[in-house]
Amino acid sequence: MRLYEYEGKIMFRAAGIDIPSFMMIKGEEEIGKIIPGVSFPAVLKAQVLTGGRGKSGGVKVVKDQAEALATARQLMGLRIKGETVDSLMVSEYIDITREMYLSITVDRSKRSYLILASPTGGIDIESLVKDNPEKVSRIYINPGEIMADYAKRKVAKALMLSGNEASLLFDLLNRMFNDVMQKYQADLVEINPLALTKDGRLIAVDSKVTIDDNVQPFIIGQLERLLGRNPSENADERFKYVQLDGNIGVIGNGAGLTMATMDLLKSLGGSPADFLDIGGGADKEVVNEAFKRILERDDIKTIFVNILGGITRCDEVAGGLIAALSAVKDVKLVVRLSGTNEEEGRKMLKDAGIATYGDMLEAARAAVSLTRES
Amino acid sequence: MAILVNRDTRVLVQGITGREGNFHTKAMLDYGTKVVAGVTPGKGGSEVHGLPVYDLVSEAVSDNSINTSIIFVPPRNAADSLYEAVDAGIKLVVVITEGIPLHEELKAIEYARSKEVIVIGPNCPGIISPSLSKVGIMPAMVFKQGSVAVISRSGTLTYEVAYHISTKGPGISTALGIGGDPIIGLTFKDVLQMLQKDDQTKGVALIGEIGGSMEEEAAAFIGRGEFNKPVVAYIAGRTAPPEKKMGHAGAIVSMGSGSAQDKILAFKGAGVPVAETPMDVAALLKEKV
Repeated sequence: MRLYEYEGKIMFRAAGIDIPSFMMIKGEEEIGKIIPGVSFPAVLKAQVLTGGRGKSGGVKVVKDQAEALATARQLMGLRIKGETVDSLMVSEYIDITREMYLSITVDRSKRSYLILASPTGGIDIESLVKDNPEKVSRIYINPGEIMADYAKRKVAKALMLSGNEASLLFDLLNRMFNDVMQKYQADLVEINPLALTKDGRLIAVDSKVTIDDNVQPFIIGQLERLLGRNPSENADERFKYVQLDGNIGVIGNGAGLTMATMDLLKSLGGSPADFLDIGGGADKEVVNEAFKRILERDDIKTIFVNILGGITRCDEVAGGLIAALSAVKDVKLVVRLSGTNEEEGRKMLKDAGIATYGDMLEAARAAVSLTRES
Repeated sequence: MAILVNRDTRVLVQGITGREGNFHTKAMLDYGTKVVAGVTPGKGGSEVHGLPVYDLVSEAVSDNSINTSIIFVPPRNAADSLYEAVDAGIKLVVVITEGIPLHEELKAIEYARSKEVIVIGPNCPGIISPSLSKVGIMPAMVFKQGSVAVISRSGTLTYEVAYHISTKGPGISTALGIGGDPIIGLTFKDVLQMLQKDDQTKGVALIGEIGGSMEEEAAAFIGRGEFNKPVVAYIAGRTAPPEKKMGHAGAIVSMGSGSAQDKILAFKGAGVPVAETPMDVAALLKEKV
């Protein structure tokens, strides 16, 4: 679950992390709210979930109220990488001496928490990462252990901070790790840039926080109370779907098999239109919904269903397919069905006039050639 | 002799009274696996498929001879079940559960490893040594005993590859799904180390997918000459779009690894042939084993 910048900052503020003061404008009608109370210059920041916002023109410094109003009207409704801006942050302008990069995440192969720290940050972090990844220091924190002082000293050194600035950093790291990452079970807490100011403050100028999709319900409750929305609302679809640009709709069970199906279609000269994984143990309803999702698009020529049942029962899948048939009008259907209860499933489909395959390669070939003919 | 599970494997099912636990206990018993007891808190004293059910793992362990546990407990309580199995002294735990909270998973698996407990999964189909023992949820009919080990991050893709190796190839010594979660107990490299010492295993099918760096680590291990049996790899996700979820941190952590191309190059660099399709794995292995 990705959070908006302002939501991350609400979290930071609750954790006692120093952030620029800000107000939110939600929707066109609230633009008029940029009035008294805001001191200029100020920064207008479009609230979107995708990265690269600064480079897409989503962040503007404004020097007075007139410019603020005009710029806000420009930004509201702007499209940034497919996302429409419907809320803006009006943020205090921070006089920055140096921009740094600091994040805490989980390193899956080392089974460990990982702090990433770079003495230079901001929008140039991407090129730094690309050209000189070794300039970003990695400090590991063992799960189940506290963040030791020596680890914090390593981070201070990596960020080139000492004295009082280092003390501020130690405090910031404790709060990031305990009061944001652990408390809300985030899988990423990123501050870029972390600003060092002339008067020696360390300020989180931006925030990127993502919460583990599998958190316990009480965490969702805490998030809802803090943020006023349930960030998992869009995450409870019963299948995983990623849109691609081809014309053969793909439905599979299991991420590995579904990806392998896409790859196979491509290597046979076909072009997959999506990744749709119904997961393990899918029932009729899920299969039916999966079909509807794929058919929302009108450029689909064929749907290729590739099921190898383990927990998933082929007769359940067949039932869902038959229920979805009425929606499939000009679209061709190729079904590969094997594994648990395959006999029953195939017979059901045969009775409904749908031919099935037992072999993945044969079925994929059929899907590609049928698509060519149409 | 296969690895990790064999005729001496004696299994406890944690979450035996749930839908999945109950169904797969029956399937494992039908296969011939020595399932000896189950645990569900609050259901102690009852029976499932003729097996005694206990409230606590420690009770099950003191009444029965048990060396392996399989966990079907829902995600909210699965990490706790892993701690319980570890603290009861069980040395091999298979975690089927999908969707365990990341931070809990991280801590529980680290704890198990510190106690030298082998964890397979989470979010995996389990492990099967055909004709000897099945501790998992895989459809048994696609696994025939033989000389090739299958290790995979994906459940259904394991079945696809295993089917071809069983029907057209040299058959299977042990097939093991290491799990699809971000944090898992056994890596490809860990399993290769075990397979190196297994006489029955003459070759390995390694089924990876995009994301993470486990395939690259396995390739480096093979490249250094530390594993000297023939390996054939397959990587799913060549056509998948790049994942952008994890911000800059994700890009830094995964620097130089993670894409299908990275993984394929790593294997080819280590002298490991990479199959174009899951079906080709069996044919490539047949040439070498």
